[in-house]
Amino acid sequence: MYDIIIIGAGVVGSSIARVLSKYKLKIAVLDKEVDICEQTSKANSGIVHSGYDAHVGSMKAKMNLRGSKMMEKLCQELDVPYRRNGSMVLALSLEDLPKLAILKTQGDTNGVEGLRILTRDEAIKMEPNLSNEVAGALFAPTGGIVDPFKLTIAAAEIAFQNGVEFKLKTKVIDVEKHDDHFVVFTDKGELITKVLVNAAGVYADDFNNQLSAHKLKITPRKGEYCLFDKQVGNLVDKTIFQLPTNLGKGVLVTPTPDGNLLVGPTANDIIDKDDISTTAEGLKSVVDRAKKSVKQIPMGFVITAFAGLRATEQNGDFVIGEAADVPNFYNAAGIESPGLTSAPAIGEYLGEMISQKLHAVAKSDYVKIRKDTVRFESLSLAEKAAIIKENPEYGKIICRCELVTLAQIKDAIHRPLGATTLDGIKRRTRAGAGRCQAGFCSPRVIEILAKELHLDPREIAKNDNNSVMLIEFDKDSL
Amino acid sequence: MINHDIVIIGGGPAGLAAAISCYENGNQDIIILERDNSLGGILNQCIHNGFGLHTFKEELTGPEYAARYVAKVQSLGIDYRLNTMVIDISKDKVVSSINETDGLMQIQAKAIILTMGCRERSRGALNIPGYRPAGIFSAGTAQRYVNIEGYMPGRQIVILGSGDIGLIMARRLTLEGALVKMVCEIMPYSGGLKRNIVQCLDDYNIPLRLNHTVTKIFGKERVTGVMVSEVDAFRQPIPSTEEYVECDTLLLSVGLIPENELSRKAEVAINQKTQGPEVDESLSTSIPGIFAAGNVLHVHDLVDYVSMEAALAGKNAVKYVQDLLKTGLSIVIESKNGVRYTVPGTINPDNAEDITVVRFRTSDVYRDAYLSVYLDDERVMHLKKRILTPGEMEQIVIPKKWFAERPNLKKITIMVEKE
Repeated sequence: MYDIIIIGAGVVGSSIARVLSKYKLKIAVLDKEVDICEQTSKANSGIVHSGYDAHVGSMKAKMNLRGSKMMEKLCQELDVPYRRNGSMVLALSLEDLPKLAILKTQGDTNGVEGLRILTRDEAIKMEPNLSNEVAGALFAPTGGIVDPFKLTIAAAEIAFQNGVEFKLKTKVIDVEKHDDHFVVFTDKGELITKVLVNAAGVYADDFNNQLSAHKLKITPRKGEYCLFDKQVGNLVDKTIFQLPTNLGKGVLVTPTPDGNLLVGPTANDIIDKDDISTTAEGLKSVVDRAKKSVKQIPMGFVITAFAGLRATEQNGDFVIGEAADVPNFYNAAGIESPGLTSAPAIGEYLGEMISQKLHAVAKSDYVKIRKDTVRFESLSLAEKAAIIKENPEYGKIICRCELVTLAQIKDAIHRPLGATTLDGIKRRTRAGAGRCQAGFCSPRVIEILAKELHLDPREIAKNDNNSVMLIEFDKDSL
Repeated sequence: MINHDIVIIGGGPAGLAAAISCYENGNQDIIILERDNSLGGILNQCIHNGFGLHTFKEELTGPEYAARYVAKVQSLGIDYRLNTMVIDISKDKVVSSINETDGLMQIQAKAIILTMGCRERSRGALNIPGYRPAGIFSAGTAQRYVNIEGYMPGRQIVILGSGDIGLIMARRLTLEGALVKMVCEIMPYSGGLKRNIVQCLDDYNIPLRLNHTVTKIFGKERVTGVMVSEVDAFRQPIPSTEEYVECDTLLLSVGLIPENELSRKAEVAINQKTQGPEVDESLSTSIPGIFAAGNVLHVHDLVDYVSMEAALAGKNAVKYVQDLLKTGLSIVIESKNGVRYTVPGTINPDNAEDITVVRFRTSDVYRDAYLSVYLDDERVMHLKKRILTPGEMEQIVIPKKWFAERPNLKKITIMVEKE
C-alpha cells in the first residue's frame, strides 16, 4: 500500500511529489506518457507571472504570488534556467489606458511589488520595438521567464532521488474509494493508496467526478504558439502582454530563457482533450495579434509551431485541496495559467497539507539540490576547454544548432528519470530544439539512445510507443 | 593559440576544392576543420550519379566525386581535423573550434574561407498546421537514414516541395520498396532540375502536383496522412480542392538555407536574398580576408560549380595573404527585372580574372526571353533563352577587357527582357 499516489507527472504533480519526498512516505506518481512533462507542462508560455491578472482573493492570486516569490531561489536550487526579465501589459489605445489602472489596482491588492504605469514614451524607451499604437503600459518588474521543461523535470528528479516511484506508461483507468484507502486501476494493474492526489491536467475532472459529488468540468482551452530562431530572440527583452480578456491573458511576445522568441497563445475552447494540433487560423491569429504589440514579427525566422491545452475549470479558479466529501482525496485541478508560476506554491501548499494529515516524519537525508545537465553552449571558452579536458565527450558536438555534446546527451539518458525518447533528449538538452529542428542531429541522437539503452534504432521513438522514427528495409526480411 | 595562413571551415566539396586551390596557388599552410567524421560533406550520402559532368567529363556518384578531392587533399598532405566543430570566428580571424582530442583549439588565421554549406528548411519555417508526430523528415535527413544509417523512414510517402533532394529521394525510396504517392509543389514550377523530374519522377510514374501544398498533418504519434490542397495565384489553399492522402511519412524538400551563423559571429554582411555573405569578384566577404564559396554563399544545383567557385576563393585567399588583392572602387552588379540576385555582387576590375563568372537565379519562370547585360546604359549582351526558371542557376561571363575599354564604368545591370 502506498501512502500517496499522485496522478499526473506534469509540473504540478512533480512539484507536489518533490515537496512530499521530504518525508518518510511511500509515494508513486503515475502518468500515461513515456516521460514526465508530456502534456500541458511541455506546451505553454514559460512565464513566471507577477500576479496582477488573478482576481483578488482567488486561489489563483494566492498561488501565483507565492509561486512568483519562490521561483528565483527554487530555480537556483534546482538549476533551472530562469530570468526575471520583467513584463509589460500594453494599452493599444487611449480608451484602454484606464484598464491599465484597474489592473494595477488589482495587482497592488494581490500584493504584486513594484507595479508601475508607464507613458507611451517610457514604454518605448524600455522596449524600442513596441508598435506605434502603444498608448501606455503597466510594468511589472517581478515578471519572469522560466524553462517549463526543466522546472518539471527538476522537480521530478528531486522527488525520484528521494525515493518517489515514477510509474510512466501507466494509464489510470478508474479510481475507487474504500473505507481507508483508494484502489487505483491502471492498464498495468491495481495499486492501493491511503491518499490520492489528482494532478491530471485536462483529465482531472474525470478522476474528481469518479469520487466526489462536487463535480468539476474542465474544458481544454487550446493555445497555439510560434517559436522563432535565436537570431531574433532579442526583439523584446521583457514579456509583452496585451490587456487580458475573458479567455485569458491574450497574445504575448517574449524571449525564452534559452534566447528564442516566443509568440502566442491563442485561446480556443475545444472538446478533444488530446487535440494538440496547430491550425492555420490559430497560427495566423497569433501572428496578427502579436503584430499589434511589436512593430514587426520576423516570420522568416519561425522555427516551429506548437499547441498546448489549458485545463480550464468552469468556475475559473484553481481547485486545490482535500475534497469536502472524500477524505484523503486531494485535487490540484483546473490548473490553467498561471499554473506554471503557481506549481511550486501548489506543491508546497498541498505537500504541507498532506504531510500534516499523515503525520509524516521528515527524512534526514533529503536531497534538496540538483545539478542540471551541463549547458555547454552557455559556457565561456575557458570553461568549455576545461570541461572537455575533464571529459572529452564534451568535445563531440551532436546538435550543431544548439551546441549540444555527446556528454550531455549521455547524461540526459543516464541521470535520474533519464530520457528514453528524442523529445526527452530535446527537453533535457535542447538537442533538436534549434533552427534545423533535428534535421542534422536526429540520426545521431537515435544512434546514441539505441546504444545507451541497448535497443535497436527502430525501437527509438519521438515521444510515444507508437511514434517510432525508423523501419527496416524490405530486403532485411528476405 | 596556433597560427595558420588559411583556415577552411568545412570539408565538403567547397572546402576540399578551396584547400587544393590554396595549395596549388602556392600556400601550403592550410588547415580544414570538418565537423563530421569524414571529409566529403553531404556528397557522402548522395549515392546517386550525375556528379562531375563538368569537372571530370564523366558521371560520378557523390561519394566518388568527393573521394577524388579527398584523395588529392591527402596526397598533397593538407592538414585537416575531423569531428571538429568551429564554435566562433572573430572579426580579427581567430577561429575557435572544439573536438575530443584537441579540446578547445584557437587558430589565428591570416585568411579564412567559409565553406559550411547549407541546411534544409524545416517544417516550422512553413508553419504547416497539425500535430507533431514522428514521420516528418526533411529529405536530406531521410537520405542519410536510407543511404548511411541503413533504415527506411517509412512505407507510404508524400513529398512536399520539389527541390532536388526531394526528387532524388522519391526515386530512392521507390527503389527501396516504398510507395511515393506524390510530390506537391506550391509553386507553378518545380524547384529542382528538369533532369531530376524526368529521371526521378516521370520514369517511376510519381505524380508531380504543381500549385499544390500540404495544408494539414494528421496523426498524433506517427503520421497517418496529410491534407493536400491546390493553391491559388497568391499561393493560398483553395478549400474546395482539399484531398486527404494517407501516408506514414511526409518528406520536406522545401528549400535550403546557407548556414551562416558563424559568418554572422564574424560580422560578415549577409545578403537577404541569398542568405549568404555579400561577396565581390574575389569571393571576399565584407570582412577583408574572409572568403566564402559553395552553398554557404548561395545554394547551387551542381557540385561542379561549387568546386569551381571554391577554387577561385582559394586562389584569392592566397593572394590576400600575399597582399596582392587590391582595394579600391568596385563596379556594382545590379539585379533587375526577374534576376533575383547575383554572386558576386560587385567587381573590382583590378582584381578581376580574365573572365568573371556571375551566377544568379531568376525569380520566376520566363519562356523565350532574353538575358541582357548592360554596362551603365549600354546593352552589351542579349542572349535568347528558351526557358529561365528559378530551379536552374544561370550564369553569364564578364570578360576583363570590358573594364579596360570603359574606365568610367559604374554599374553592370543584369536583367531578363521580353525582347
